[in-house]
Amino acid sequence: MSRYILTRASLILPTMLAVAVLIFLLMRVVPGDIVELRLVLGGSYVTPGVIAAERSRLGLDKPLWNQFLDYLAGLARLDLGLSMWSGAPVAHEIGLRLALSLQLAIMATLIAVALAIPLGTLAAVYRGRWIDQAVQLFSVAGLSIPSFWLGILLILFLLTYFNYLPPLIFTPLLVDPKANLAQLIWPALAVGYRYSAVATRMTRSALLEVLREDYVRTAWAKGLGRTVIIRRHALRNALLPVVTVIGLEFAFLIGGLVVTEQVFNLNGVGKLTVEAIAQRDYTLIQGLMLVVAAGYILANFVVDILYAWLDPRITYG
Amino acid sequence: MASDAVLETTRLSRRSGLAGRHPLARFIRKYPMGAVGAFLIAAMLLVGIFAGVVAPYDPVANDFAAMFQRPSRAHWFGTDAFGRDVLSRILFGARTALLVGFGSSFLGASVGAVIGVVSAYFGGRLDLWLQRLLDIVMAFPIIILAMAVVALLGTGTVNLILAIALSFVPRAERVVRASALAVREMVYVEAARAIGAGPWRIIFRHMSPNVAAPYLVMLTAFLGQAILLEASLSFLGLGVAEPTPAWGLMLRGAAVDFVQRAPWMAIFPGLAISVAVLAFNVLGDALRDALDPRLRA
Amino acid sequence: MPADESERTYLRRREVDALLRVALAVLLAVLLTAPGMAQQPRRGGTLTYIVTALPPSFDGHRETTFAMLHPVKPHYNYLVKFDTNNYPKVVGDLAESWTASNDGRTYTFKLRRGVRFHDGSTLTSRDIKATFDKIIFPKEGVVSARQVIYQSVQRIETPDPQTVVFRLRYAAPSFVEKLASPFNFVYKADILERDPTFYERNILGTGPFKFVEYVRGSHWVGRRNDDYFKPGLPYLDGYRALFISSRSAMMAALKSGQALIEFRGVSPAERDELVSSLGDKVAVQSQPWNCNLIVAFNTKKKPFDDVRFRRALTLAVDRWGGSAALSKIAFLGPVGAVMRPGSEFAMPEAELVKLAGYGRDIAAARQEARRLLREAGVPEGFTFTLKNRSVPMPYEPAGVFLVDQWRQVGLNVQHVQQETAKYLADQRAGDYDASVDFACDFMDDPDVQLAKFVSADVSPLNYGGYIDRQLDALYFRQSRTANKAERLRLVHQFERRLLDERAYAMYILWWQRIIPYWKTLQGYKTTTNHYVEPDMEAYWLSQ
Repeated sequence: MSRYILTRASLILPTMLAVAVLIFLLMRVVPGDIVELRLVLGGSYVTPGVIAAERSRLGLDKPLWNQFLDYLAGLARLDLGLSMWSGAPVAHEIGLRLALSLQLAIMATLIAVALAIPLGTLAAVYRGRWIDQAVQLFSVAGLSIPSFWLGILLILFLLTYFNYLPPLIFTPLLVDPKANLAQLIWPALAVGYRYSAVATRMTRSALLEVLREDYVRTAWAKGLGRTVIIRRHALRNALLPVVTVIGLEFAFLIGGLVVTEQVFNLNGVGKLTVEAIAQRDYTLIQGLMLVVAAGYILANFVVDILYAWLDPRITYG
Repeated sequence: MASDAVLETTRLSRRSGLAGRHPLARFIRKYPMGAVGAFLIAAMLLVGIFAGVVAPYDPVANDFAAMFQRPSRAHWFGTDAFGRDVLSRILFGARTALLVGFGSSFLGASVGAVIGVVSAYFGGRLDLWLQRLLDIVMAFPIIILAMAVVALLGTGTVNLILAIALSFVPRAERVVRASALAVREMVYVEAARAIGAGPWRIIFRHMSPNVAAPYLVMLTAFLGQAILLEASLSFLGLGVAEPTPAWGLMLRGAAVDFVQRAPWMAIFPGLAISVAVLAFNVLGDALRDALDPRLRA
Repeated sequence: MPADESERTYLRRREVDALLRVALAVLLAVLLTAPGMAQQPRRGGTLTYIVTALPPSFDGHRETTFAMLHPVKPHYNYLVKFDTNNYPKVVGDLAESWTASNDGRTYTFKLRRGVRFHDGSTLTSRDIKATFDKIIFPKEGVVSARQVIYQSVQRIETPDPQTVVFRLRYAAPSFVEKLASPFNFVYKADILERDPTFYERNILGTGPFKFVEYVRGSHWVGRRNDDYFKPGLPYLDGYRALFISSRSAMMAALKSGQALIEFRGVSPAERDELVSSLGDKVAVQSQPWNCNLIVAFNTKKKPFDDVRFRRALTLAVDRWGGSAALSKIAFLGPVGAVMRPGSEFAMPEAELVKLAGYGRDIAAARQEARRLLREAGVPEGFTFTLKNRSVPMPYEPAGVFLVDQWRQVGLNVQHVQQETAKYLADQRAGDYDASVDFACDFMDDPDVQLAKFVSADVSPLNYGGYIDRQLDALYFRQSRTANKAERLRLVHQFERRLLDERAYAMYILWWQRIIPYWKTLQGYKTTTNHYVEPDMEAYWLSQ
């Protein structure tokens, strides 16, 4: 078991390094220049000398391998560098947005789990009946409706019928829980619906698989009550793939809610990523991608370990 | 439960006539939702192909005298900020959605499938390195990957297809590789190898057919996702450009700004997207259930 | 008779009484209804407003974007500034008064006394000199974005702590207006000596508001400077700038009153939405905007190297009709040439309609266009790409409009919308057929607006790639001409050659600035550009 953990853990660092390299190269290949964007756009007065001076200040005129070594050296010190656009430390820029994205991801997960487990179970147990059909329709709709469209409709609904607009500024949960939740509950619902759709379907199919198993039929034959069977035997085993799906989707929520954050005007990681890419802010993009990839890889790692822990067949296979 | 399936098939085979024996009719009876999905997709395809004939107006002609009109007999879905008929734009938008959807799904799934089969067959170091590479690509949310490709290549329909296809490759590869791995160990492949069949022959003749079922199901999932991705990217301004009619593009800008004054501009394209993706998803579900060997008699 | 007399007197007194009452009533009515007149500026309150983009750095000398100006400006003062209540009049801010020598080569400014920086130190002429040295003669490694417009300055002198003298190489017209640039924040000399990059990430000015906090991506807060040198100002306790880039979120914020105003400008439909949902709680001010949309032609590519093709392209566009239609859905509107219509340098309409593409008879113009296309050998259905930014307002509507206009003379134009970085890269690399370009400025000055169009080897902003010595000569001459009438003549000649004779580029439309805001905000007057606002020291909140 510990060897398995070690093997999986040892892969994290090289993967992260590979990600860093990939991002670095990709950024340098993409057309567009941050200095021009900053100084030239609409600003009719800038001379080439000014542009050249600024590029050298940002280190963009150094040869590529030189820039790359500087970058790696910084990473070794755990220093993500300064944002090329604002001059602030990259860690600083990301830190605040990470708090919001993390909280949103957790809230969406809670909503998803609260919906998925009961609904998925109901659908599996009453397979083929109307409740199963209803749950399936509910979840497939959740997968099909664009969540940003849902967000637009939600805001429209709140404004038109309640004349209510959620707070626009993020206040940390511990500072003012009411304002914090009032802002984040709506995007959490829009995102959570879609998230729950994935989890509900997984719960249903996993539970169906388990319910077919021999040991369940044995328990049934033994005369155990349905609820007991489900709770004690079926769910625990069915939860494995469900946990996997939830874990992987959670990682995606950190950096992947680009459009939702745009619609709800949330100061999160997704919105920062869109801006950083639009501005060709290499250092910020690199930092962001590392954080996002790290989250993903970590989530994968945790899920792998959980999987191995819960299902002994895998470790020794 | 297996016994249920047996009961089902017995009941079905008792019916006489075409309705009992024809596979299509059986499919419709067994998977009504799937059938609805298939029907909707067929309708979408027809609309996309014959949009020029079916659409009442030219989707790109500006008509400044008819801006922001409510749905009426002249314009069933109303008009947008340039006076363009929303219904016509939705009908032509089906064309873009299908083009981008099918293009990117097939491209991504095919490339992924080839890599998956090759990786599964040859195994060893090649397999290991390919998996690590794909791990890295999968570490990024799909939308970020698509944004990176668009930043690199620029906007436009072709680049959009490439961007979305790229995100599908690792996922397709995973699915296909898993099936291929399972098949590789099967006896008949060993037998084929024993008689001296070359690797490519084994891949194409023996492994591929078994991979076909999950591949097909995965494809329908991709189609739905591709349409959603196109919508998201166009919404961000990274997809197809005006004045091309595309559902995601129609939700951008004016539709959101005037959502209280002219809600039809945002409602109908969103509905179109939802219905299209729904169709692919329910069809995919039905196909998965239908092709699942454990549910067969 | 006495009785009659007394009666008459009584009547007269009654008449007088009545007259007085009427007069009083009228006076009261006037006082109560005249905007702002009846109410004394009320002290207190926090103004919350929206900024639709994030500031790159905080240094006004470096940056070119309103996203920096809107939250940062209230912390600083200028030597001279534009009077937003009387734009484009220039008034002294830190300067009490100034004089110009007869030959126009020496400008002497007298500074106010008792001005303190937010850290308590006193402002002297040394700080002004250090500030403008940084702007006009930047040291190695210091970026001054507008250095080039101060080329006429030879040196800056400070004979005493209250006097600053600018010595020019030659008499340059509109020199004081150029000094009034809203980007010319006055900084502290000691700090600039120690660290010229200090102001990129820090705030220390003399302005009406002190810095409180900036939460990246979220909001910026300032509070009243109680030691401000203008007595009684500012009225506001403080301000809060909310960074909201999504239009729908911005609209929602304005509708709900969470923010009172946005200082850049909204589209006509956004204005209509606000007015219809807020009714008489909202006021709207509108001004022609000193921003425009241009199409640059790549004269190095066929058939854009043929002047007939270029003329056909500009003739095909119905500017007057387009203005009427587009002004309903976008903040586009005024029809003009290189100098902003309505400004003192604008070409009068009688002359304007003679330029290619500016005539009122679009049918005739399109016929001429088709003839030119045939002559130039351009086939029916000819395809080229129009590259544009993928920003919804107003670039997208303009692009869609142009594609439709050119369709009507048989041209098949592909509209390619690119994200800004790629768009800029392609433009500067000359990788395009036709490209939508734009310019926004804080003042109407031919030196500024014409600079884009001189030869490619002279101006780095010339994306068309052409060489035209006549344009260069005209530009040089007008920048040295003090005589107003003569300068106007030269400028108009430049415009004619650029847009009509050679059609190197074409102007689509100028923008129209629309600012809806809650009536509780008082003392605000909209100007022709979004750089000189907010001028917050005199704003106040009623109720």
